Amino acid sequence: MTKIKSLADLKAMKQSIQEKIDTRAKGNAEGLVQVKVAMATCGIAAGAKQVMDYMMAETDKRGMNVVFTQTGCMGYCHAEPTIEVTLSGKEPIVFGFVDLKKADEIIDKYIKDGELVDGIIPVNYETINK
Amino acid sequence: MAKFKMHLLVCGGTGCNASKSQEIAENLKSTLTDKGLGNEVQVILTGCFGFCEKGPIVKIMPDNTFYTEVKPEDVADIIEEHVIKGRKVTRLLYTDPENKQHVADSKHMGFYKKQLRIALRNCGFIDPQNIEEYVGADGYSALAKCLGEMTPEQVINEIKLSGLRGRGGGGFPTGLKWEIASKNHADQKYVVCNADEGDPGAFMDRSILEGDPHSVLEAMTINGYAIGATKGLIYIRAEYPLAINRLLTAIGQAREYGLLGKDILGSGFEFDIELRYGAGAFVCGEETALIHSMEGQRGEPTFKPPFPAQSGYNKKPTNVNNVETYANIPIIINKGANWFNKIGTEKSKGTKVFALAGQINNVGLIEVPMGITLREIIYEIGGGIKGGREFKAAQTGGPSGGCLTSAHLDTPIDYDNLIAAGSMMGSGGMVVMDETSCMVAIAKFYLEFTVEESCGKCTPCRVGNKRLHEILEKITKGNGTMEDLDNLRNLSRVIKDTALCGLGQTSPNPVISTIENFYDEYVEHIKDKKCRAGVCKSLMQYVIDPVQCVGCTACARNCPVNAIQGEKKMTHVINTELCIKCGACIEKCKFNAISIC
Repeated sequence: MTKIKSLADLKAMKQSIQEKIDTRAKGNAEGLVQVKVAMATCGIAAGAKQVMDYMMAETDKRGMNVVFTQTGCMGYCHAEPTIEVTLSGKEPIVFGFVDLKKADEIIDKYIKDGELVDGIIPVNYETINK
Repeated sequence: MAKFKMHLLVCGGTGCNASKSQEIAENLKSTLTDKGLGNEVQVILTGCFGFCEKGPIVKIMPDNTFYTEVKPEDVADIIEEHVIKGRKVTRLLYTDPENKQHVADSKHMGFYKKQLRIALRNCGFIDPQNIEEYVGADGYSALAKCLGEMTPEQVINEIKLSGLRGRGGGGFPTGLKWEIASKNHADQKYVVCNADEGDPGAFMDRSILEGDPHSVLEAMTINGYAIGATKGLIYIRAEYPLAINRLLTAIGQAREYGLLGKDILGSGFEFDIELRYGAGAFVCGEETALIHSMEGQRGEPTFKPPFPAQSGYNKKPTNVNNVETYANIPIIINKGANWFNKIGTEKSKGTKVFALAGQINNVGLIEVPMGITLREIIYEIGGGIKGGREFKAAQTGGPSGGCLTSAHLDTPIDYDNLIAAGSMMGSGGMVVMDETSCMVAIAKFYLEFTVEESCGKCTPCRVGNKRLHEILEKITKGNGTMEDLDNLRNLSRVIKDTALCGLGQTSPNPVISTIENFYDEYVEHIKDKKCRAGVCKSLMQYVIDPVQCVGCTACARNCPVNAIQGEKKMTHVINTELCIKCGACIEKCKFNAISIC
C-alpha cells in the first residue's frame, strides 16, 4: 500500500507486480494452477461464489497448489458460472455451467491429470493486451 | 502432471451436433483406442465455437490446429496423419475467405479478430478489487504519460485524432466535446461519468464498472487534466449495487495509492471523484436531466444550447461522457490515436460493446469493430437463433431505436448506417427476435416504457406518447382501423420534431421502424384480427378440435368463467366471447384437443 508519487514509482510497481505474476505462472516444482472465476452480477446470480468457495476448500484439502482470482464478466453470460483454468505452461481453458459437481470433476480430472471434461467454452475473442 | 500429450476438441454446439459431431467424437475415440493411443490423446466435446457455418469443427491442442467441415469419414486421416505422423490434414484446414489460403492454426484466423476487446480488455482477466492487478496490466500508465509528457492541448488533440465518438448513444465526437469545455473558462469545472444505463436489456456499462472500474477512474482524471477540472462525479443508477461497491473500493484504493487526490504522480495536478446515485428514472440518462438530478432538482431536461460543456453542473463547464467512452481513453493515450483510428469504418472508429440478448444462443457481452455485419454478429459470434428458428428482427438502441430486419443482415454496423436504416446505435443493447415475437406488441412494450419514464415537462412527449400507446393498445386488442396507422405515423413525426429532449425525440422510433418494416403484420392485426406470432392474446382463439375431443368434460369443469359447453361424450365447444384465455382448459385436456390459433 505504498503511495505512487511519480512515474518512476508507477513503472517500478508495475515491474514488481509482473515479476510476481510471472513467477506465479512459471511456478515451483509442481506447477502452479491459476483459476479465475467470473464474478460479475451474472456469475454471482448463477452461484459463482459458492463454486469458488467450494473449489478453494477442496483444493486446499487435497494439498493442490491453486491460486484463485475473482474477475469481472468474461462475456459468456449464457454459460454462467464460468471459470478459466490455466495449468502451468498450458493455455487457459474456460469451462462453463460449472456447478459443484462439475467443479469436482474439473479438480479431479483437469487440474490433477490434465484430462479435459465436457463443457468447455471456446474463446471467441481477442483482446488488445497480448 | 498432465498425462495426455494431445487433446482433440470437437464442437458439441447445436449446429455441429446436427452435422454429426457426436459421431465424429465417437469415431475418434474408438480409433484411438484401437491404435492403443486412448491414454495419450483425449477427445472432448466442447461448447459452441461460434463457427456454425463451417462446422463440424475439430480443434487440436496444443498446436491450435483448426479443422472445419469435418466428416465422420475424415477421422481416419486425422488420426493417421496428424496424431500419429504429426502432419496436418491440409484439406481440412480453415480457409481464409479473403486470400483463399489454408490457415495453419486458430491464432491466425480472422475469426478471432471479429471480436476485439478494447473497452473490455481487462474484464475477466484481472481482479477488479485489487488496484495492483490493474497496475500490473499497464494501468495508470496513460495518466502518467499525460501528466508527465503531454500538455492538455496535446491530450485533446490525441482524442480528436482518434475519432472516438460517444458510446452512450449520441455518437458526438469526444475530442470536440473536451475541446469546447477546455475553451470555456471558469473557476471550477467538472467531469461527469454517465453510468445511468437506463436502456432495458443493456448491461455493457455495468460490466465495465464491475470488471475494470479503474479504467474509468483513470480516464476521468485524464479528462480533468485535459479540460482543467479538479472534480469528478460518477452518476450511477442505484440498481447496480455490485458496481457501486466495486467503484467505492476502487476509489478508496486509488486515493490510498495517491492516484486520486492532491499532487497526483508528483505533477501538481489534483483530482478527486465522488459517486452520485440515480433513483430509477430513465430520463436521468439524458445529460441535462442528469445534471439537474445531481444538483438536487427534479430530473428534467433543459434546452441545449447551452451545452453542458459551456454551462453544466452548477452552471460551470462540464464534460459528461459515457462509461464505455471512458474505458477507451487510457488505451488511446497509450497506443496512440493512429492505432485506434485504423479500427472501424471511416466515420465510426474503434469498437462497440453490444449486449446480445433475446432469442439467440450465445447471450452475453461482445465487443466488435465498427463495420462488422449483423449476420456475423448473430450467426457467427452469437451462435445463431435459439431452437433453430428463423431470424425476424434485431432491435438496437432500446426504446430509442428501431428494428433491423433480414434485409439489413449484411449492412456494416456503424453510427450512420444504423440511422439510415431507421434505427440507431444507442448504448449497445441488441435484442434478437424470432418468429415468436409480435412486432406490434414490441412497439407497444417500448411505448409503455417511455410513457412511464417521460418526465412530463413537454406536451409532445407527455401527451403524444400516451396517445401513441393507446392506439397500439387498440390494435393489439383487435379494435384497430387503417386510419390508426396514418395517425400513428403522423403523430410520430410531430413528436420527433417537437419534443424537448432525446427521450421524446426518439420514443416514436420503434413505432416508425416496425410500421415500415412489418407493415403487413400491422394490417393483419387490423383487418384479419390475427396475430401471426401468437402473442396478442385478445386476437387468439382457443378452439376445441372436434376430432380429438371425446367429451370427458374436464375442460368445462375447470373453466373459471363457464365458457365451455358440451354434453358428456359429445364434442365440447368454447364460447369465444366469454373465454378469458387463461389456458386452464389446455392444461386439463388429456387428449390434446384444444389449440390456440
